[in-house]
Amino acid sequence: MRRTIAFALLGVGLALPANLGGAEPKSLVAKIQAVGSEGKGNTDAAQSWKALVKLGPSALLEVLTGLDTADPTAANWLRAAVDAIAERELAAKRPLPIEQLEAFIRDVKHAGAARRLAYEWLVRADPKAADRLLPGMLEDPGVELRRDAVARVVKEADEQFAKDAKDAALKTYQKALASGRDRDQVDHIAGQLKKLGQTVDLPAHFGFIQRWLVIGPFDSSGGVGFKAVYPPEKQVDLNATYPGKGGMVVGWKEATAEQVKDNYALIDFNKVLTKYQGAAAYAFAAVESPKEQPVEIRASSNNAVKLFLNGKEVFFREEYHHGVRFDGMIGKGTLKQGRNEIVVKVCQNEQKEDWAQTWGFQVRLSDAIGGAIPFKVLPEKPAAEKEKQ
Amino acid sequence: MLRSAITRSVLVLAFLAAPDALLTAHCRAADWTQFRGPGGGGVSDDQDVPVKWSSTENVRWKAALPGRGLSSPVVADGRVYVTACTGWQQNRLHVLCFDEKTGKQLWERQFWATGLTGSHPKTNMAAPTPVTDGKFVFALFSTCDVVCLDRDGDLQWYRSLTGDYPTITNQVGMAASPVLAGDTLVMPIENAGESFALGLDKATGKNRWKIERDRQINWTTPLVMTNNGKIEVVLQSPKELTAVDPATGAKRWSYEAKGIASIPSAVAGQGALFLPAGEFTALKPRSDGASPEVLWNSIRLKPATASPILYKDRVYSLNGGGILVCADAANGNVLWQERVKGPFSASPVIANGKLYAVAEEGVTTVVQLGDKPLTLATNEVKPAADKDLLLATPAIAGGAIFLRSDGWLWCIGAKKEQ
Repeated sequence: MRRTIAFALLGVGLALPANLGGAEPKSLVAKIQAVGSEGKGNTDAAQSWKALVKLGPSALLEVLTGLDTADPTAANWLRAAVDAIAERELAAKRPLPIEQLEAFIRDVKHAGAARRLAYEWLVRADPKAADRLLPGMLEDPGVELRRDAVARVVKEADEQFAKDAKDAALKTYQKALASGRDRDQVDHIAGQLKKLGQTVDLPAHFGFIQRWLVIGPFDSSGGVGFKAVYPPEKQVDLNATYPGKGGMVVGWKEATAEQVKDNYALIDFNKVLTKYQGAAAYAFAAVESPKEQPVEIRASSNNAVKLFLNGKEVFFREEYHHGVRFDGMIGKGTLKQGRNEIVVKVCQNEQKEDWAQTWGFQVRLSDAIGGAIPFKVLPEKPAAEKEKQ
Repeated sequence: MLRSAITRSVLVLAFLAAPDALLTAHCRAADWTQFRGPGGGGVSDDQDVPVKWSSTENVRWKAALPGRGLSSPVVADGRVYVTACTGWQQNRLHVLCFDEKTGKQLWERQFWATGLTGSHPKTNMAAPTPVTDGKFVFALFSTCDVVCLDRDGDLQWYRSLTGDYPTITNQVGMAASPVLAGDTLVMPIENAGESFALGLDKATGKNRWKIERDRQINWTTPLVMTNNGKIEVVLQSPKELTAVDPATGAKRWSYEAKGIASIPSAVAGQGALFLPAGEFTALKPRSDGASPEVLWNSIRLKPATASPILYKDRVYSLNGGGILVCADAANGNVLWQERVKGPFSASPVIANGKLYAVAEEGVTTVVQLGDKPLTLATNEVKPAADKDLLLATPAIAGGAIFLRSDGWLWCIGAKKEQ
């Protein structure tokens, strides 16, 4: 009865009267959200965590809501509280607040990760919830819920394909592709569509920049190039030339990305500049955005990389030849309406092993869940390149 | 030779000992509390571990795991703790607790990865083995997320080391396991970005100390040992072995060498420290801060991935060809070698004079140790799926050996009356 009253109160936005030293869930969540770097606030957070968990399900929605504004550190404290509360309720064969959880999940104003967490517990308590919720989540802003929704459609398409219902499978795969964001799912869908006679433009689907202007090599002997600020990093002047590695003169030249093995839009500096070691190179693209919009500049490379958006460094990682991961490097920023400048700096080190000879990158522009955003690469080029035409 | 003989005599005095004294009130002597058990030596006194088993024979219980992990199970005070990772981008981190007797899952906590989740396909985010003092379990993940939970799953503290030190990066994957030295949780975070070793207050998770380390990827687990009555933590890096005071991080001594291993970890005991390196090296730490004395070197003992193991007066090493090499710990002389079915990612363990070598595809070879090796059994547990590999070093506790595959935790032991 008490829980029922508690949820009724929470449902109209009222705090549950404290049952532990006067602490209310909201204030306990706030103390956890206050954890700082290097363990600052851990002691207070630990006490609050215990108090929250003791409150039981009456605190559940407050904790889930707290995830909306929690930083990654505090979010993990809070999710552990949700897990502990829900796990203990189910172990004691007590019901979870199914209706409240479902309402929380359906409210897309809440953080995607929080909604997914609530969904996982809801499905444990009510396995039929997946059938109720997922069909409507193909365009969900939460990456994991959307992934599950796409997976259901892919499963349906696979079954149709297995039964040789080609027309139905084609339509169902196309439906899945429209919502697919994760590489593994999209690759599977594209592979199946190819079998059905339809080729998917994967570089376009993912939003890769396929035309660049590149310049280099600049010196990076002993790794100096990563910290060095060469002229293209200060200002892009497509008609300028600069002293490069070993005294050579370097200027901008066009480069078109290639779909090679696991890369959808690779710029291979070994090809477009020739092979150098201990070298840095830059790539530039001017992109036009139809509106001001948040952007994730998602790069993949086996080299040390810096990403710049409109002259501001938005990402760096100084690591060489430890594996290429799709979207492994992400710089966040905002595209302004109209022209924007994207610069990628890629440094190659001096390792001698065969597997350490790759020097390149690929970059795409996406929203926060990996969907391509609208943009156009502007046909800017050096005057010398224009004259050639 | 004279020098070796004298050294051997000195060894007997146990100038340097495995830290049994570090066991807390919550741990039984027979517990398996960290990577390669108490002291990191991989040796158990357990007399009852089975010699033979199969997927059905001598299986006390088995429990499904939610995801992959190279981490070993750890066992203390009747509970078995395991970590795992899930998600198509390995971004879900799990800590699970099972009842040691029944295999019943008691609780599970999940965390979102806050650090990088890229890795070589062979490894994954649940590569470091957790450590427990029986009351609390401390789990570090490849993502550099660190959690402390009590035995009932109550969160004591959580740290995002990548949040604190954002240049940490190792797209091959991190794997060094944390260790406990007194009240300090020690973990090396050596990678291509900011590299350091960290000593955390185990009660709060706050830094006690942080010392700079070389920027290079390294997967070795620190060694906790007693040197001249003082506890030391030995950090193993490719260029240097460094012993520090666990309370302050202050350097006690160091040893520089070329090609110190970055995967197999050193082992200590019987007065010496045995270091996988370009040449396998036996060292005798000193008490005055000077670099250790080199007792002997041997190219024949150079291990592959598996860490060496010391048992009684002999040192054992599994090389890249799947050869188990046994040598005299006093002088490095090879006494025998035996081919064992591999390949191996797991390190061997020893119980009751028998060495257990767990191969990736599920076959464990049991070798009776002695003046000559005797293979007693090759035991196979059928993996749950084709790709269900056994990459984790096993744990030994309560008359059982705990095998961990990608999909399952197996408790191999004679059935006990409940």
